[in-house]
Amino acid sequence: MNEIPALIRVFAYLSILTVGGGMAAFPEMKILTVDVHKWLTFPQLIHLYSVGQIAPGPNMMMIVSIGQWAGGILGAIAVLAAFFGPTAVLAFMVAKAWKKLEKWPWRTSIQRGLAPVSIGLLLAGCFSMAKGAITGTETAAIAVAVLLILLQYKVNPALLVLASAGVGILAFMPK
Amino acid sequence: MTNTAAKPALQTVETPANAAAVSIWEIFLEFLIIGATSFGGVVPYLRGSLVTKRQWTDDKEFVEMLSISQSLPGLNATNMAVLVGEKLRGVMGSIAGIMGICLPGGLLMFAVGIFYRHHGDHTFITAALKGVAAAAVGLILSTVVSLSKKALSHNFDFVFIAATVIAVNRLHLGVPRTLVAVGALAVLFHHPRKAQKESVKP
Repeated sequence: MNEIPALIRVFAYLSILTVGGGMAAFPEMKILTVDVHKWLTFPQLIHLYSVGQIAPGPNMMMIVSIGQWAGGILGAIAVLAAFFGPTAVLAFMVAKAWKKLEKWPWRTSIQRGLAPVSIGLLLAGCFSMAKGAITGTETAAIAVAVLLILLQYKVNPALLVLASAGVGILAFMPK
Repeated sequence: MTNTAAKPALQTVETPANAAAVSIWEIFLEFLIIGATSFGGVVPYLRGSLVTKRQWTDDKEFVEMLSISQSLPGLNATNMAVLVGEKLRGVMGSIAGIMGICLPGGLLMFAVGIFYRHHGDHTFITAALKGVAAAAVGLILSTVVSLSKKALSHNFDFVFIAATVIAVNRLHLGVPRTLVAVGALAVLFHHPRKAQKESVKP
């Protein structure tokens, strides 16, 4: 019944996959937390991730909710440590080495090569989330509207997400 | 930002004068404020706080740290907290930074998780969440577009983007294998001699 070791294993692994952003780990997160461990359902995962976009701070804090569901307050703390610990240690170690490598010619190559891959991972995560989130014309319209507004105007994304909650209530409340 | 520009800022990890006496507590507090107020994306708030307000780093170093944060696994926000904390006060500075930036959002999502678990199936909330989830998709897409405009250095990079998406979503290769396979190809494509030629126009 104790889910803590599994939580630590899963989120430490997901941590390493977040190249370019938390969304990069989303496809794997769906498989592990929904299909394998059944800590929550796919719609619940999408809801938590999306609500997490309104919260301030790093945009993957919704992992705390998953930890709390599966293992209470200890689960939440375990998930936080597992998800942010490994990459923090890595960033700490690489920061110094990376500065020394300023003259190393492959440094630029690595940065340029990883850019399209991390964008691709972001997009892949977006598509696997869209499978659950875009269910019809209305949701597609909301997504496209948010995309176009963000590309065109300097709006705080959190406000748009909040506004979409309002649109959702108007559009999807059973009459 | 008085006369740091006059110094050769290349090799030496020059600490601005006002960063010399930053306490662990100050680092924690500053990142706690960022963690509590950074609605809709952390990076602009980081810059406003660390460069403009506190002058713990300058714009050149900030951009450098951001590009390291983006290339490494981990979220930009937490990687930046680790890098800036490390620069100011070593290991303890890093720990103070990352704990500060995570704490407010973490507590909030802890509460939201409990609330959602008990009330998530109310029709009112389900309807709102449908809108929120759709908006999140649009939000990620806009990140993809703006990153593509900023971070790509060659038109062929779009092939690597497509290959990554196909490998993950169609072939179900998994993120790690995709990262290694497509990543290696992309890094080789941008091999040093080619990168040098392109660096004329950054």
